[in-house]
Amino acid sequence: MRWIWIDAFTEFESGRRARAIKNVTLAEEYLHDHFPGYPVLPPSLMIEGMAQTAGILVGEAGGFREKVILAKVRRAEFDDYCVPGDTVGYEAVIETMDAAAASIDGTVYRNDAKIGSIALMFSHADQAATNLGLPEHNFVFNDQFMDLLNTYRLKSRD
Amino acid sequence: MALSRDEIFNRVKDVLVEALGVDDDEVTETATLSGDLGAESIDYLDIVFRLERDFSIKIPRGELFPDDLLNNPEYVDNGKLTPVGLEKLQEAMPHADLSGFADNPDVSRMPEFFTVGTIVNYVERKLAA
Repeated sequence: MRWIWIDAFTEFESGRRARAIKNVTLAEEYLHDHFPGYPVLPPSLMIEGMAQTAGILVGEAGGFREKVILAKVRRAEFDDYCVPGDTVGYEAVIETMDAAAASIDGTVYRNDAKIGSIALMFSHADQAATNLGLPEHNFVFNDQFMDLLNTYRLKSRD
Repeated sequence: MALSRDEIFNRVKDVLVEALGVDDDEVTETATLSGDLGAESIDYLDIVFRLERDFSIKIPRGELFPDDLLNNPEYVDNGKLTPVGLEKLQEAMPHADLSGFADNPDVSRMPEFFTVGTIVNYVERKLAA
């Protein structure tokens, strides 16, 4: 099972930028613990949401052949919370990409108002390192994940 | 107008403060990236990306930090660079002061020679080219 933190892509420009959304709902169990009586989406999960948005953007640019791995959180700043009922938007823009890695500049929105920024680096595992003992097969974009990807439909916000 | 060495140093310092989360005063010309500033492998790429952006230059991979050469079995014997390898490294890194490396060219010592000054030298050469 994969823990998926985005519900749909609303914009996708191959090799350039993508925007995805996640609807926050009280049906999500962890919100009852974070925090009891005051449910807020943990910022760490917003980083994960951005990483999934951006990781798919970077993976798609390479035809999903590379093992795209989150290598570094360059920056993560949040000015406000997201609570049940909110729609979180993740906009990822590819800043630089080469054979070994990609850097991403990301903006986080709550119901279309900017509430944070997240900058990430991804490594193309096979190109960047030879001695990590990683499996041969593409464990990032595996069959199960590609099936899931096919279920995402690009949704227009208009 | 061409940037002075001090101006280049200050901009490189900003890049390293951002990329490595270190304090301003830790970034000196002689500070080593791994030993003193705690850079890990992905940080080297991060630094390259930021330098390219900040100085509007193109840095071919392996030019600033020639890790390809250090991983090439043709030039490494028993963990040490061969004389040919050492020659190649000096050729590939005119921006680094490798004078103390030749006595004991153990590849694991190489990070000691990647200093902040190495990057400033590299950018200075690149901008002058």
